[in-house]
Amino acid sequence: MIALGVVVLGSLGALTRYFMDDAVSRRTKSRLPYGTQLVNVTGSFLLGFVTGLVLYHSGSADTRTLVGTGFCGALTTWSTLSWETVRLVEDGETSTAVVAMLGGVAVCLLAAALGLAVASL
Amino acid sequence: MTGGDVFDEPIDPDLEPEAERHRPDVLIAIAFGGAIGALARYEVGLQWPARSGAFPTTTFLVNSSGALLIGLLMVLIVERWSSPRLARPFLCIGLLGAWTTMSTFVTEADLLVRNGSTLTALAYVVATIVTGLAATGIGIVCARRLARVAT
Repeated sequence: MIALGVVVLGSLGALTRYFMDDAVSRRTKSRLPYGTQLVNVTGSFLLGFVTGLVLYHSGSADTRTLVGTGFCGALTTWSTLSWETVRLVEDGETSTAVVAMLGGVAVCLLAAALGLAVASL
Repeated sequence: MTGGDVFDEPIDPDLEPEAERHRPDVLIAIAFGGAIGALARYEVGLQWPARSGAFPTTTFLVNSSGALLIGLLMVLIVERWSSPRLARPFLCIGLLGAWTTMSTFVTEADLLVRNGSTLTALAYVVATIVTGLAATGIGIVCARRLARVAT
């Protein structure tokens, strides 16, 4: 049953990433792909939050698996960020590449930490 | 037979061209790929669960393999297979996007710090970034070699 839930929420996560990324990318002209950054930050905060609920409030581990592994895991992506960073380097935009990768990871680390902190309240 | 240069494509590989945008078959391909990617990551996590305080090898390998595959597949799809319409939404947006995860990666790193394993967390973050970028680069180079041999 959990596996079925992961399948459903995984496909929803992937579709949400596609729609969010599309919506953001159409509104920004920057070389830095903000759409990818936004889905990653959003999913990281949400996963930090549901992980915190399990840690601090005896939240259900099944909920964490469904929302975390299923939805957040599929919403966020590592492959796309890695690809975009290599592309930016290839295009000679090294500083944008550094911001995309290091900035992206740093902001997501903070977002997940914030999610954990909010859940601990 | 061969398509264009993958480096002429938009930087964000998760964007569909205007003509394909939001078409039902594209959305189904993304959902289908996403389902398989998420299920595979879930099963791998059950098989090799992360141990508290230890280096999260499973997520590290999941993300690194996805980084390798996106380099390979983007080149093959765009330059070799002349972009069959649903290949990119299915494989790159759906499957690899859902197989790899930023949220699990950063949450694991945060939990390592929280549990006092700061050095392991640092090693995890650095290893994931360095290996990911190297893997994508290797994927691109291998795909271009492969494409040349096969031509």
